[in-house]
Amino acid sequence: MSLKYESQIREPLVNGSKDYHQITEDIVRPIEAKPTRLWYIGFFTAVALLLFGVYSVYREVVYGVGEWNLNKTVGWGWDITNFVWWVGIGHAGTLISAILLLFRQGWRTGVNRAAEAMTIFAVMCAGQFPIFHMGRVWMAFFVLPYPNTRGPLWVNFNSPLLWDVFAISTYFTVSLLFWYSGLLPDFATVRDRAKTKLRKLLYGVASFGWTGSTKHWQRHESLSLVLAGLSTPLVLSVHTIVSFDFATSVIPGWHTTIFPPYFVAGAIFSGFAMVQTLMVVIRKVFGLQDYITIGHIEAMNKVIVLTGSIVGIAYLTELFMAWYSQSKYEGYAFFYSRANLFSPYGWSYWGMMACNVLIPQIFWSRKLRRNLFITFFMSILVNVGMWFERFVIIVTSIYRDYLPSSWSVYYSPSIWEIGFYLGTFGLFFTCFFLFAKYFPTIAIAEIKYVLKTTGEEYKDKMDNLEAEDVEAFAHKHAH
Amino acid sequence: MAKKKFVVGCFDKEELLFPAVKKVRTVGYKIKDVYTPYPVHGLDQAIGMRETSLHTAGFIYGLLGTITALGCISWIFTKDWPLDIGGKPHFALPAWIPIIFELTVLFSAVGMVLTFCYLSQLAPFVKKHHFHARATDDLFVLVIECTETTNTDEAESFLSNNGSIEVKTEIAEDGWWFGRYDKEEKLFESNSVVA
Repeated sequence: MSLKYESQIREPLVNGSKDYHQITEDIVRPIEAKPTRLWYIGFFTAVALLLFGVYSVYREVVYGVGEWNLNKTVGWGWDITNFVWWVGIGHAGTLISAILLLFRQGWRTGVNRAAEAMTIFAVMCAGQFPIFHMGRVWMAFFVLPYPNTRGPLWVNFNSPLLWDVFAISTYFTVSLLFWYSGLLPDFATVRDRAKTKLRKLLYGVASFGWTGSTKHWQRHESLSLVLAGLSTPLVLSVHTIVSFDFATSVIPGWHTTIFPPYFVAGAIFSGFAMVQTLMVVIRKVFGLQDYITIGHIEAMNKVIVLTGSIVGIAYLTELFMAWYSQSKYEGYAFFYSRANLFSPYGWSYWGMMACNVLIPQIFWSRKLRRNLFITFFMSILVNVGMWFERFVIIVTSIYRDYLPSSWSVYYSPSIWEIGFYLGTFGLFFTCFFLFAKYFPTIAIAEIKYVLKTTGEEYKDKMDNLEAEDVEAFAHKHAH
Repeated sequence: MAKKKFVVGCFDKEELLFPAVKKVRTVGYKIKDVYTPYPVHGLDQAIGMRETSLHTAGFIYGLLGTITALGCISWIFTKDWPLDIGGKPHFALPAWIPIIFELTVLFSAVGMVLTFCYLSQLAPFVKKHHFHARATDDLFVLVIECTETTNTDEAESFLSNNGSIEVKTEIAEDGWWFGRYDKEEKLFESNSVVA
């Protein structure tokens, strides 16, 4: 038994009086019940959006990227904005499951499964944008280095865009493996209590024949720990490499050495916001308030205010450096194209500042951190703000090229570019609705593992033990 | 694998499981395995299981990834097709670090997961014997493998006297697995029975 003493100051992670069986019941219930009407409405709305996205992409494949209103000056528009936005969102899951595992943050157990699922779906959405941005998408496989009949002509290993190919595909693969290996025991739990033959068969296949053997658990623990150790630098590397796409160029506004940490902080910021959006809904719809407690929500809001402030410092540093360098091109990019509210895209810069830096400061208040409505509202606002951030970085840096003759007329997306973006929402939510219905949305085994140290009922029993010798207590109760 | 006879005891509390495991080993029964709904820390040592060296495998796979990436890129850019990029060196190590790192992580993660599945004999459609359906829910299932000298009735009453809430005797057979049809897995330390 994993009994380690936990201070009374810490909030319980599992509320109410639970035993192991009750945990199984609570978490598996949505899988075994018939989907509600709300689920069908949500699912089919998502599928409809997805289909609209498919049609938008079809238009782009047939007519080319001009269909998106991109031109020779604004070559990266909404598409790359959306790519960076989705990849950023895809950072929270692996951060929660890997970095917080290494930091021994117990509260990760309640939210890691859904957050990892979100990560995987978000990276799937992100991947669509650079692939279709290539224009001739049927040649997308040219980005892979393989001995070919064209020379062989290799890819450019010195290019940040190729680093991205490796980073994103590695990140997707490793996150998927991490997530699925964690799912094996929980699928086995669903399989072993299945009442219908079909469910038994499907979850039997999905669980790979998991038995719960001590040897398997021993290896599983070792696997999770090493995967967490590997994923930790991986998470940081992915958005670092995405930022290299910009930082290694010589475009004023992109040519900045603070991009890697600034991008990583922004990614965590937006990722946690998306986790909040989903968690606030899931815990309510599935009645999982005992497992995703207000304490969990508060912990994530703390991460949001921290990373939001880091991002704020980065914005100010950029402005300072633009002034300090006395480069007129840097100055133009930062003080005209961005910070001047009355420049063509000034609204996006100030929208970003408001949503990312100013408004999240309300989370210094404990009362507001623990308010579900505020949390939900803020999570949406942060994601809008983070979308603005990527739009600001990309479009305001390039819409006025060095020569006024190369200035673009006001770039705004076409309906098909917006449709593509909406389509990725469709993809994301289609996957997420299926996940919520057919997968255990909370890691059952991990909750059981922390139950006796952090469950409300068990913590209460330890109430009068604070006075006792902690060592003696642990010796008596732990094995 | 041949059919074998097992005595199964189910516990509903970890507090009872650990003393029971100790007694079972003291008496000299051969533990096949303990099936638990979550990873019970210290149980592997308590039943005398060997440490896993999966992490070492992970390290080797990672190294393999590093070597593959470095080897391939440097061969391609210095020997097979050297590109002149602004007169910069062909062997541009700093620019290759991101890809070398990513492939290290990729090889290590994929290799470890495949090794984990291979060693634990986990794969879709693999048939396994499950001693108790509640082992993945709320029971800790201790399984004793019968030898020629084991008296099943004695073993059963021994388990129930030590806190087991349910006991039974079962005959089971392991499923097929790559190249292991007639071989025993060596999961335990050689001196797994406490004297």
